Amino acid sequence: MCFQVSAALRDGHVTPTELCQRCLSLIKSTKFLNAYITVAEESALKQAEESEERYRRGQPLGVLDGIPIAVKDNFNTAGIETTCASNMLKGYISPYNATVVQKLLDQGAVLLGKTNLDEFAMGSGSTDGVFGPVRNPWSYSRQYKEKSVPKSHSEDEESNWVITGGSSGGSAAAVSSFTCFAALGSDTGGSTRNPAAHCGVVGLKPTYGLISRHGLIPLVNSMDVPGILTRCVDDAAVVLGSLAGHDPKDSTTIQDNFKPFELPNLTDVSKLSIGIPKEYHAPGLSSEILALWSKAADLFKNAGAKVIEVSLPHTRYSIVCYHVLCTAEVASNMARFDGLEYGHRSDMNKSTESMYAATRREGFNDVVRGRILSGNYFLLKQNYENYFVKAQKVRRLIANDFVKVFGSGVDILLTPTTLSDAAPYTEFIKEDNRTRSAQDDILTQAANMAGLPAINVPTALSERGLPVGLQFIGRSFQEKQLLTVAKWFEKQVKFPMIQLEEVKRHDHGVFQHQKSASFS
Amino acid sequence: MHPQPHIPPADPVSLCPPEALQLRPHSSALKLSPAPWVPVVGLEIHAQISSNSKLFSGSQVQFAAPPNSLVSFFDASLPGTLPVLNRRCVEAAVMTGLALNCSINKKSLFDRKHYFYADLPAGYQITQQRVPIAVNGSLSYSLCIDNKMNQMVTKTVRIKQIQLEQDSGKSLHDDTRSQTLIDLNRAGRLGLFSCFFPFCMCCGEEAAAAVRELQLILQTLGSSQAVMAEGQLRVDANVSVHHPGEPYGVRTEVKNINSIRFLAKAVDYEIQRQIEELENGGTILNETRAFDSKLGCTVPMRDKEGKQDYRFMPEPNLPPLILYDAKSLPANMNHQQVVNIDWIHERLPDLPSVKRAKLVEQYGILPEHSFTLLNEDGLAEFFENVVKQTQMKPKKVIGWIINDLLSHLKQHSLTVKESPVSSFLLADLLNLLVKKDISSTAAKQVLAELWKGEGKTPLEIVKKKKLGLIQDQKELEQICQAVIDRQENEVMAIKSGNQKVLNKLIGLVQRETQGRSSAVVVRQILEKKLSE
Repeated sequence: MCFQVSAALRDGHVTPTELCQRCLSLIKSTKFLNAYITVAEESALKQAEESEERYRRGQPLGVLDGIPIAVKDNFNTAGIETTCASNMLKGYISPYNATVVQKLLDQGAVLLGKTNLDEFAMGSGSTDGVFGPVRNPWSYSRQYKEKSVPKSHSEDEESNWVITGGSSGGSAAAVSSFTCFAALGSDTGGSTRNPAAHCGVVGLKPTYGLISRHGLIPLVNSMDVPGILTRCVDDAAVVLGSLAGHDPKDSTTIQDNFKPFELPNLTDVSKLSIGIPKEYHAPGLSSEILALWSKAADLFKNAGAKVIEVSLPHTRYSIVCYHVLCTAEVASNMARFDGLEYGHRSDMNKSTESMYAATRREGFNDVVRGRILSGNYFLLKQNYENYFVKAQKVRRLIANDFVKVFGSGVDILLTPTTLSDAAPYTEFIKEDNRTRSAQDDILTQAANMAGLPAINVPTALSERGLPVGLQFIGRSFQEKQLLTVAKWFEKQVKFPMIQLEEVKRHDHGVFQHQKSASFS
Repeated sequence: MHPQPHIPPADPVSLCPPEALQLRPHSSALKLSPAPWVPVVGLEIHAQISSNSKLFSGSQVQFAAPPNSLVSFFDASLPGTLPVLNRRCVEAAVMTGLALNCSINKKSLFDRKHYFYADLPAGYQITQQRVPIAVNGSLSYSLCIDNKMNQMVTKTVRIKQIQLEQDSGKSLHDDTRSQTLIDLNRAGRLGLFSCFFPFCMCCGEEAAAAVRELQLILQTLGSSQAVMAEGQLRVDANVSVHHPGEPYGVRTEVKNINSIRFLAKAVDYEIQRQIEELENGGTILNETRAFDSKLGCTVPMRDKEGKQDYRFMPEPNLPPLILYDAKSLPANMNHQQVVNIDWIHERLPDLPSVKRAKLVEQYGILPEHSFTLLNEDGLAEFFENVVKQTQMKPKKVIGWIINDLLSHLKQHSLTVKESPVSSFLLADLLNLLVKKDISSTAAKQVLAELWKGEGKTPLEIVKKKKLGLIQDQKELEQICQAVIDRQENEVMAIKSGNQKVLNKLIGLVQRETQGRSSAVVVRQILEKKLSE
């Protein structure tokens, strides 16, 4: 069903260059979304041309050959700026490709550009980067306008747009608005799944250790994983297959051979045991999402699956624990940005120390500086035991909860991905980044603590006409099972296609072709 | 200078054997006070390990390479790069740990140690603070307790731990332009950091002896060239003094020591300085001092940041380092990917102490000679090669090696490898001596010719210079007779019982023959003639 464009390429209905040009033109017409920080038009067209040549010779490199993709701007890309949406790295051009970027290029994918994010991926709205906030494409959909515009008719339409979620909001928006077929995000506390839920796309956070982090500018090394954003589960499986596996440059990737897989069409779910963790019925969970969640559970039950309530008692400590571990690693990881070797360097030259201080003050936003400050506090000798070590112990308890539940025979956990649908930007920024992150990561964070694979599957539209997604959490390295169940669910819920009236108006024809816009 | 971890205060009772309390600094400049002071010296040693690539990156390693020419993306801490442990480096560390009698931790962990310094690009150093690769070792070393090299004592110092760590880069300060230039060639190289428990050392010489022994061990293992002048071995000394029975004194850390000789000087100076300070009613500050080799003294180092909190945390990008032994080695494991402690143990070369014992036992030489043989790179092998190729007794060969070969090499600042006289030539020469073809006086003349390195064999020189012993008995007897005839007084003395004077006559005969006569033969002739 998916990556249909791949078949179109193979059959010669469309050429890689045409496809690339269409995407580039869509990127231009959706510039107001602010999904991209850098558009690598020239190199993308060159890659497309090379791909075209391979197709002409009848030797494409695989399913991904000629497929336009986008990459979050915290992955290193040789020759293309890598900014992390920070003044610190504005203008920084890396000399090397992240392993995941290299793998995509090696398989013929066409890299369109780098997508927007919260500075250094610290945030849950994609609102806190130096290049400005990302706008959710659904803000401009017929579905949203029909339902929300009447009540704010008098207001400026400008103020009505909703956030993408974050921090991989640029990637989610890019996939959702058809400017690319797949995008890489990163996921440390939910940064791929959260924007995927808000933008109505599939967002996969693979098991920690399955995909190389080499070249991903870290947020929290022990939790970061490259994330995959696509328009359907099958596409996510294809991209996963092209990225997974041991990387000698990342000692935390597993040594076992990874075999790419195709997802079967599940017809019988009766042997499945779906766990519903009661703790995910969290304060602030919208009634709408709660209803959707239980409807989804019923869907499985009615299809013959065993659906049982389970408990993950320590999950509620996940956020506070994450706060300590995240800021500690942030404080450490950010230490390298001193203005000496690369990136921003202040003109202050009274002393090396004053140069460091000015460089870091000028280079980082308040969110980053705040996390560095708390992290260093937690790592002080006198605090280390009370904060860092304690948080590590709680992390272990959180992970053990999952081990117990999966050990009891549960195959997959089903939870909401977010507490509610996407908030309008004007609402969202009323709270600070820290409060928002604490709220928004609450349903996604525990999977990072435990290193488990999890996926957001777009499920339905909210009353306001915005996407809502549900999350499936699987066993470690059991991506195939997780994605198979997700695919079955995806098929049942028939999530509606975004109707981008404006884009359609601007880019007649392009949109038509991309409607079926998945790649396999 | 790089901040160092602090050594936890050690238990004075267990670490100071009673006999050590009797030892006193023997530096002549020390004033003796009614209650003796006991110096305690702890050593922190950084050794750079020889391997072709760095600890966590594939960059090459080379001394005196152009600045910043051996720097990988990781070494320069480019964002997104990750450390990858180099297996050869781990093996070198295990080997060193075993050689220093450490217990090897089968599971060790990596930590980040944070501080801002221009030559530390990541803002932290990857090290092993919590669970290092090797712990609880010991090092035995010997030192002479007098200056004549003939009374040696062997002492043992305990090693707290050996840890793998990244080296930092190098800062070059250009004061005139008030610039600091950074060379990252060294950044990311494997360092082995070993920390010695504070120990009652009598003096700087003792600290030097310990470090010298460590240096020899590292060189024997091939795990480090351990040349202090090139920074491959860096030693910091923690020094304090106290009265016996009292707790340890406040210690200072002495850095900037770049040779073993300077280590001895620095420690002696610091001991003396502290004693004088305390004797004069002063106090010792817990500070870092630098050794000024030109002035021969230690001076306080400017403390840049006051008290450092290194904010240690686990290195999240490196899983625990797991080592195996023959028992625990999983059968299905790729042997290229694991480090087997037993395998390394079996391949340990003879350590200096064992080598010395073997030399003493096998060749019957004196223990102090075995030290001399090992202290010079290649000298023991040279000695053994000579012994193999000559009939001369090893006990005699050693004299030629130490008194003639070594002193000549030292005079000309040559290494053993650079010696113009090979072990083969020397053995050839000594064989002429053994066969009584030449006298030892002549042998020395031949040796003097050999130093010129003109490619002649000893025999050729003997022939050319006519240094062979006079084989004609009659000719020799005539020369002896002539000497007897000339030296009436001496002959009288001998006849009246003063046998010592006979040596003078022997000498005269040898001079007459220009060394071409054997003392033994001459003595026989003379004795025979004088008794007639």
